[in-house]
Amino acid sequence: MIDFSILIDNWDTYLEGFKNTIFASLIGLVGSFVIGVIVAVMRIAPIKPLNWIGTVYVEFIRNIPLLIIAFFFYVGLPAIGVTLPGFVAGTIALSIYTASFIAEAIRAGIQSVPKGQMEAARSSGLTYLQAMRLIILPQAIKIVIPPIGNQFINLVKNSSILGMIAGLDLMYFGDIVSSHTFVTFDVYIFVALFYLVLTIPLSLGVGYLEKRLARSH
Amino acid sequence: MFKSKSSKLALILFLAMSMLLAACGKGEKASTGGSSKNALEQIKDKGKIVIGVKYDTRLFGLKNPTSGEVEGFDIDISKELAKAILGDEKKVEFKEVTSKTRIPMLNNGDIDAIVATMTISEERKKEVDFSDVYFMAGQSLLVKKGSPIKGLKDLKKGTKVLAVKGSTSAINIREKAPEATVLEYENYTEAFTALKSGQGDALTTDDAILYGMVDQDPKYQLVGGTFTEEPYGIAVKKGNKELVDAINDALKKMKESGKYDEIKNKWIKTN
Repeated sequence: MIDFSILIDNWDTYLEGFKNTIFASLIGLVGSFVIGVIVAVMRIAPIKPLNWIGTVYVEFIRNIPLLIIAFFFYVGLPAIGVTLPGFVAGTIALSIYTASFIAEAIRAGIQSVPKGQMEAARSSGLTYLQAMRLIILPQAIKIVIPPIGNQFINLVKNSSILGMIAGLDLMYFGDIVSSHTFVTFDVYIFVALFYLVLTIPLSLGVGYLEKRLARSH
Repeated sequence: MFKSKSSKLALILFLAMSMLLAACGKGEKASTGGSSKNALEQIKDKGKIVIGVKYDTRLFGLKNPTSGEVEGFDIDISKELAKAILGDEKKVEFKEVTSKTRIPMLNNGDIDAIVATMTISEERKKEVDFSDVYFMAGQSLLVKKGSPIKGLKDLKKGTKVLAVKGSTSAINIREKAPEATVLEYENYTEAFTALKSGQGDALTTDDAILYGMVDQDPKYQLVGGTFTEEPYGIAVKKGNKELVDAINDALKKMKESGKYDEIKNKWIKTN
């Protein structure tokens, strides 16, 4: 069965990685949400050039493998004189990548509110921003919570990309424990358990929010 | 509501555990089964020997992008082994391994032997059986020409030394330069790319591999000589005495006939 001595002997190493994975995930959650909201607003704002920028961002970023984006920030940027440590480069890549999916989720949510609502709000004298804030967004938020929650869960798991660019996360230290103990399977089982510690509460939290918002509807 | 959630959780855990058990069971079977015939006989029955080699290590095992063939010192040695054991140097199949994957792949039965710049160490001897030394390398440092780092003593606090995950050099450098920060990468290509991008101050591994990097980019050089002895061995699954003997025999004949020196001089040009 599983050899728990691996977990115990390398506890500090695992914990160091776990801590950095939490940091990367938290920064990534905030970063990707902020960028995602901005991009989503650009995509639906009634200003054409902004729409284009938003569309290019989403189509460009979400169609490139995350690994390549991470390598770009890690070994590509130094070519123009910006050298970022693995942790920073990886977390930026993670935020930028996830933001493209979050932007799409938010856009879809806002656009799923019937058009008539915006028209009715505008014709009753509200400005575009007021209508957005008071009528459209409160409805859209309920629709976008489940897909955004999914993206957050993906983000936590995708943070393992840091392991490829010496980002000192859980995956990085998992690789190192594995290569020093010559044990593969057990080492990664413990890595997976650490990820579950983060993702299961996140998953349950999203489920809870979803139910609460549905009830208040 | 709460009840259904906890039962969901229990189900998830149950599934995870059963997958675990299934996987463990498989691993055990693979290691104990098939003991009726020894590994050497199995290879002769198959008519080919599957050898794990590096695909990213210049001069030892590098996949040539134009021909699609892997080339290098380890490859030529492997071909000679196939010739000695099976009578034909073409009866060898190469599989890519990295420092990280080679022992698990050997123990899973994916490959019959490892010829992949692998240092014989006491720790590894617990996991695999080694042949006699087939190449003597030594750990060294690679830096950009003009770097202030001239040797081990210059690896001070804050110096970033790059290494490859799973290599003995990564473990050694932590002992020899405990103040330096060690960053580990998936393979030599990535480690060298990181060095070129300025993500580290020096790259450490065996001199033989570093010579290959200099061969690729002469803006880099080895400094400080070698500070370890890295005897490379050919690894086979534990307990396969017949196969180890056959490999040692083949190595001995290669050295006697001059074939070994011929291969070595073809690839390794020490200056």
